[in-house]
Amino acid sequence: MSTDVLALGDDALIAAQRLAEWCSRGPDLEEDIALTNIALDQLGAARLLLGLAGSREQPARTEDELAFLRTDREFRNCLMVELPNGDFAVTMAKLLFLAAYQKPLYEELAAASSDDPELAAIAAKAVKESAYHLDHAALWTVRLGDGTEESHRRMQNAVDEIWPYTHELFESHPDWLSTVDEVLRESTLERPADGWRPTGGRDGVHTEHLSRLLAEMQVLHRAHPGVTW
Amino acid sequence: MALWEVFIRPRRGLAHSHVGSVHAADAQTALRNARDVYTRRQEGVSIWVVPAAEITASSPEEKDSFFDPAADKVYRHPTFYQVPEGAPHI
Amino acid sequence: MYGTDFPPDDGPSTLLSEVNAAERALHAAAGARGPAATGDLAAYFDSVVAAEQKIEPRDWMPEGYRKTLIRQIAQHAHSEIIGMQPEGNWISRAPSLKRKAILLAKVQDEAGHGLYLYAAAETLGVDRAELVQLLLEGRQKYSSIFNYPTLTWADIGAIGWLVDGAAIVNQVPLCRCSYGPYARAMIRICKEESFHQRQGYEILYTLAHGTDAQRAMAQDAVDRWWYPSLAMFGPPDTDSTHSEQSMAWKIKRFSNDDLRQRFVDMCVPQAEVLGLAIPDPALRWNADRGHHDYTQPDYDELMRVIKGNGPCNRQRMAHRRAAHDDGAWVREAAAAYAKKKAA
Repeated sequence: MSTDVLALGDDALIAAQRLAEWCSRGPDLEEDIALTNIALDQLGAARLLLGLAGSREQPARTEDELAFLRTDREFRNCLMVELPNGDFAVTMAKLLFLAAYQKPLYEELAAASSDDPELAAIAAKAVKESAYHLDHAALWTVRLGDGTEESHRRMQNAVDEIWPYTHELFESHPDWLSTVDEVLRESTLERPADGWRPTGGRDGVHTEHLSRLLAEMQVLHRAHPGVTW
Repeated sequence: MALWEVFIRPRRGLAHSHVGSVHAADAQTALRNARDVYTRRQEGVSIWVVPAAEITASSPEEKDSFFDPAADKVYRHPTFYQVPEGAPHI
Repeated sequence: MYGTDFPPDDGPSTLLSEVNAAERALHAAAGARGPAATGDLAAYFDSVVAAEQKIEPRDWMPEGYRKTLIRQIAQHAHSEIIGMQPEGNWISRAPSLKRKAILLAKVQDEAGHGLYLYAAAETLGVDRAELVQLLLEGRQKYSSIFNYPTLTWADIGAIGWLVDGAAIVNQVPLCRCSYGPYARAMIRICKEESFHQRQGYEILYTLAHGTDAQRAMAQDAVDRWWYPSLAMFGPPDTDSTHSEQSMAWKIKRFSNDDLRQRFVDMCVPQAEVLGLAIPDPALRWNADRGHHDYTQPDYDELMRVIKGNGPCNRQRMAHRRAAHDDGAWVREAAAAYAKKKAA
């Protein structure tokens, strides 16, 4: 099965865009720095992945052409990353589920270096960062889940709210569930029942959130077509 | 959030040295924060974090009689320190 | 470093070498034998400062020295934090992924600088939470410059060139400040800062050599940010009340007017390379003085902005207050968890 490099790149790009919204809004200075750091990691991976995907098209497209000139129907990120940040608990739930998905995926890609050495090199770099993101999200999920009554309520709500969107992620990764289950257990949180399973991101059928996100992201680039910045 | 002092050993062969401080509620978070802020997540760096309250500091060269007994806190100042204007006691 | 080459400009590289010189001086003084300790604490303090040695945490120091330092360092820290807002305003709309990454990294650096400075202030026996309260209550201030809006992408370039440039001119002398933790924090900050001005300059250079629309955007930004940047150095020396004592204590190393002049002299050749005009018809080289003559900023405007009536004061404070309040439950959760685990 060939990897949809564009989809991986879009996951990282849209995740980066949402995480960067926390800049100057973090619950404390240290966390502001941490979130921005993670956003930068995701953005870095996005640039490499989009660059690679674009270079393999006929005709080739650059990372910026892909990021700024596609409509939301052409983006192939999973729905979860385009959802609004919500409160800090929602952001951590999204990050937990995303990192638990990206880490084993990048590990597999890095290991398959004979199949696709370029992709493997990108994945190898991203693995370490993913491990860090997973640790970070787990650390906070545990503290919020097992902190105060309010934080427990918010973290459970966050898990409940985001859970339906995780099905789109992990069809082929049983590790995902065991990783996430362990964190939820330590956080005194319940894993929601599986019911609603929204999907469509990989086919360009997104939520209403994405085109608003892209409108903001793309507005300046589109206002001055073809120029250098 | 407590204050933690941060010590970094950038590479083998050097000793840890004090680089500054971070705030965190617990040791694991303090370590991560220190890594983000003071090493920008460089590899091969060794980090120590110590609650500032756990540090015992000696007096500077001045006569000890002006100060409380020698086993004192690292940032505690002589008793005539005034709280900055308007700041509520926390 | 970012793939484009520029004619060398004096500013950042000369200032960086000054930072390195300050660091060498700090180490050299640390290695030298200092003044002998005597029973007279005040005289000892004075002799340490006079010998260009450092006052360290828990040293005896005049109450005014401590108070002034706390205020100055804290306000410097607050400035870094509030400064994240006007610059952060364009992260989501950065016109290329490269620019987005550079800006994100820059704003992250600024958060880190704020953190180093709060840490330095805390060595004087004050808690960061107290300082944050003073900011939120309006009892401590932040640099007036951040009360202006970033209206276009070019403003990000102008901030990098002018605001960071002014900050560097102000900060480099502080690397030789008498208080050890502040001097060390400033050395660390200035080294990291050397990239920032360059990035803003590069943005403006690209715009100035781009389309007519881009060029106009760049010139408009410079037109709006020039005078507020001059005002960053504070009121003229004749109106500056506390400077003498701060100079004697080596907390302040150069006068406002000296620093402002230095900044103007640095910017003129840089503007020429950019191909953008500094919006001052009176700006010209004065061979007798060996400096550029220039028009002063509007100091009445500066006072209005400092008092809270600039374009963005209310917005900046509301944003900071909201972030602080919204984060309270998170901080409480972290504390509660730590307490449970310690028990």
